[in-house]
Amino acid sequence: MTDPLLPVDAYLVESLPEIWFGAVLFALGMYVVLDGFDFGIGMLYATRTDERERETFLAAFGPVWDANEVWVVAFGTMLLAAFPRVYSRLLADNYLLALGFVVALVFRGLGPELREQRDDERWKRYTDFAFIGGSVFAPLLLGMLAGRWLFGGATLPVALTGVSLVAVSIVTGAAFLAAKTEPGLASELRAYGIGATLAYLGGVVVLLGTVVLTDAGGAADAVLSLPVAAVVTLSVAVGLGGSVLARRGRYRAWLASALALPTLLTILVAVLLYPTIYPPTGLLVREAVVSPLALNLVTVLGFPVLLLVLWYFKFLYGVFSGPIEGEGYGG
Amino acid sequence: MSPITLLSAVDPVWVAFLSPEVASRMQFGWTISVHIIFASLSIGLAPFIIYFTWKDVRTNEQRYARLRSFWVKVFAVGFVMGTVTGIPMSFQFGTNFPQFAEVAGELIGGPLAFEAKMAFFLEAVFLGVLLYGRDRVGDRTYVISSILVGFGAWLSGFWILIVNAWMQTPRGYEMVTRNGMEVAKLTDPFAAFLTPRMPWMYVHMMNASVIAVALLVAGVSAYIVWKKPDTEAWNTALKLAVVLLIISAPFQAVHGDAYGRHVEDTQPQKFAAMEAHYETGQADLHLLAFPKSPEALTDPRAENLVTVSLPAVGSFLASGGDFDAEVIGLNEYEENPPVALVFWSFRFMVGLGFLFIGLAFWGGFLTYRGRLADSTRYLKAMIAASPFGYAALLTGWYVTEIGRQPWVIQGELKTSDAVSSTLTGAEATLTLVGFVVLYVGLMLTALYILKWLVREELRSLGVQESSSGRWHGPIPWVSSDD
Repeated sequence: MTDPLLPVDAYLVESLPEIWFGAVLFALGMYVVLDGFDFGIGMLYATRTDERERETFLAAFGPVWDANEVWVVAFGTMLLAAFPRVYSRLLADNYLLALGFVVALVFRGLGPELREQRDDERWKRYTDFAFIGGSVFAPLLLGMLAGRWLFGGATLPVALTGVSLVAVSIVTGAAFLAAKTEPGLASELRAYGIGATLAYLGGVVVLLGTVVLTDAGGAADAVLSLPVAAVVTLSVAVGLGGSVLARRGRYRAWLASALALPTLLTILVAVLLYPTIYPPTGLLVREAVVSPLALNLVTVLGFPVLLLVLWYFKFLYGVFSGPIEGEGYGG
Repeated sequence: MSPITLLSAVDPVWVAFLSPEVASRMQFGWTISVHIIFASLSIGLAPFIIYFTWKDVRTNEQRYARLRSFWVKVFAVGFVMGTVTGIPMSFQFGTNFPQFAEVAGELIGGPLAFEAKMAFFLEAVFLGVLLYGRDRVGDRTYVISSILVGFGAWLSGFWILIVNAWMQTPRGYEMVTRNGMEVAKLTDPFAAFLTPRMPWMYVHMMNASVIAVALLVAGVSAYIVWKKPDTEAWNTALKLAVVLLIISAPFQAVHGDAYGRHVEDTQPQKFAAMEAHYETGQADLHLLAFPKSPEALTDPRAENLVTVSLPAVGSFLASGGDFDAEVIGLNEYEENPPVALVFWSFRFMVGLGFLFIGLAFWGGFLTYRGRLADSTRYLKAMIAASPFGYAALLTGWYVTEIGRQPWVIQGELKTSDAVSSTLTGAEATLTLVGFVVLYVGLMLTALYILKWLVREELRSLGVQESSSGRWHGPIPWVSSDD
C-alpha cells in the first residue's frame, strides 16, 4: 500500500532538494556557530593560569556545550537522509580526518566532565590538556574536512580552511566570554578576539587567493564570482566593525557581530558548493538527492521538529543568560 | 603528499594489517558495544531519575534529595560518555560502510535524523537544565526537565531500533538504480518504519536496559547498605531496584521466549545458529551445553558438546506447540554466521536472565520478611551481580548482530559488500587500535568515577574509610576491607 498522505512521485514543492541543501548547511552553520564558541572557550582556557578564571570559563561552557554538539549529529544524519552518496563519499574519502575529528570531540567533551570529579593537581592537568587539545584539533580537523569537500586533495587550501575555522572559533569564544564576564577579564579576552579576527580575515583572503591562483579542485571560477565577493566583503566589514565595538567595550554588540562571522563562512561554503554538492566528483544536488517520497517524509516529520529544537535553544540560553554565576563545571 | 596518501603507500609493506573488512567490523562492534553501555544506562536510569526528582520536589525529604543528587551525577557522566561515543557511531556508517549508507540511506537516514532532532537535542538541552538549573528554574520546570530527559532517552532508542529492525526484517522499499548503483528506494514508510521486528526489539531492549540499571542500582545500594545499614536513602533505593527487578526480569524471559519464535519465523538462519542446528528437521532444545574439551569451546561450529537436551522441544518452542515442526538447519545455507559466537552468546544471555529472576524473587522474599537489609548474603550477591545486566545486554546484541551475518541488510546486502573500497588495511587497523585504547581508558575512567562517587557518598554518610587493605582497582564495591 502506498501512502496517500504524501506525494510519492513529486516533491512537495519543486525546489525541495535545494531547500534540503540549505537545511543541511543550516545545521552545519548552527554547529560551526554554537560549538565554535565552545572551541574558542577551550582554546582561550589555555591562556588562563588562574584557577578562578578557569572555573569561570568552565561555568560558561558547562550547561550548553552538549546541546551545541548535537548539531553536528543533526548535520551528519540530515546529510545521510537527503544526500546519502555525499555522506558516504565525504566520510569514506576522508577517513582519518573524519575519525580524527570525532576523537578530538571525545577529548574535548570528557576533559571538563572528568576534571570536576577529583581535586588533584595532576588530574586537573591531564583533563585540562584533553579539553584544550580537543578544542584546538576539533575545529582544525573539521575545517580540513570542509576544505577537502570544497577543494579536493590540494594541501594548502585544506590546511588554510582548517586554520580559518580555528581562528573564527577563537573570535566567537572571546566575544561570548567577554559578554558574560567582568570587565577586567573581558578586556584581556578582547585582545585575543581582535587578533583572531584579523588572523581569520587574513586566512580567508589568502585561502581564496590560493584557490584562484592554483585552481585547487577546479574551484577558481566559483571563487571569482559576485556572491563570493559579496560574502567576503561583508565578512571583512563585520569583522572590523566588531573589533571596533569590542574596543569600545560594547561586548554584547561585539558578540552579535562575532557570531555573524561563522554564519557568513557557512554561507561561503554553500555558495562555493552549489549547484554541485560534492565537487570532487562533480555530483549535483539534483543527482544526489533521495527520491520524492523519502524527502517529503523527512520534510513533513523533520521540519516542525527543527523549529521545536530552535525553541529549546531559545529556552536553554534564556535560562543561562546573563553573567556567569558560580564557578566550576558541576551543578 | 598528504599524510593520508603516505599511510596508504606503506600499506603493502605492512601486510600484517587486518583487512579493511575485518578491521571495520571489529571497530564497529567494539565502538557500539561501549556506546550501548552508556546509552542503556541513560534509558535504564531515566525512571529512577524522574522518580527521585519528583519525590524530592514533592516531599522535600532528605533521602530523595540524596538519591537524586547521586544518580543525576551518574547520569551526567554516563550521558557525556554516551554523547562522545555516540558521535563516532553516526559517522562510521560513512567512514567504514559507505556502500551500506548509500544503499540504505533513504530508509535509515530519516530515522537517524529524527533521532538526533527529536531525541538527542531534547536530552542534551534539558540535561543542562537538570544539572545546572536547580536555582534558575521553578520546581515544575525542574521536574518536567527530568521527564523530558528520560523521554528523550527512550525516544532515542525508538528511532535507532527502527533502523536496526529494518536491517533484520527489511520492508517498504524497492531496489532501483541511482548514479550507477543499486540502492533501496522508500516505497512505504509505515512498512519501513514499523517492520515486524521493531516492537519485539524495542520492548526487549528497553526492558534489558531497565534490568541492567536496576542491577547496578541494587549493587551500589547493597554496598552502601552493607557499609551503613541504617541509611534510609539507600535502603529505599535498594528496595526500589528489587521491585523493578521483580517486574522486569520474569517479563524478559516470557517476552524473550515469544521473541525467539518470531526470529525463527523471520530469520530462520539466525535461529538455527542460536541452537547450532545443522540438519533441517526436528530440533532439540539444548538446556545446558558443556564443551567436551577446551578446543570445543572455540569450535566455530559449536558441535563437539555434551548437552542436556530436551528432544524435539526446540521444534515445540519454535513453532509454539508442535513437537514435530520442521526447523530449518544451517546446512541449507551457503554462508553462515560464526555459529559458536551466536550459540554461546545466546546461552550466556539466557542463563543470566534466569539468574536475575532468581535474585529478584530472593529479594522479594526477603522484603516480604522485612529482612532485605539484614541479609549479608543477599547484599553480597547483589554486589557481585551488578555488572551482569550489562553482560546479558551485550551478549543479546551479539546474538542479534552476529547472527544476522553474512548480511548487513538481511537478504539484501552482505557486510563484505558494504565496506569502503577506498579504505586501506593500514588506516582501518590504526583507527581500530586507537578506538580500543581510547575506549578502554574511557570505561576505566567511568568505573573510577563511580568508585569516587560511592566513596564520597559513604563519607557524607559518616562512614570512615579503613586505611588497611584498601582496594585500588576501579570497581568500588568489590573492596576487600571488610
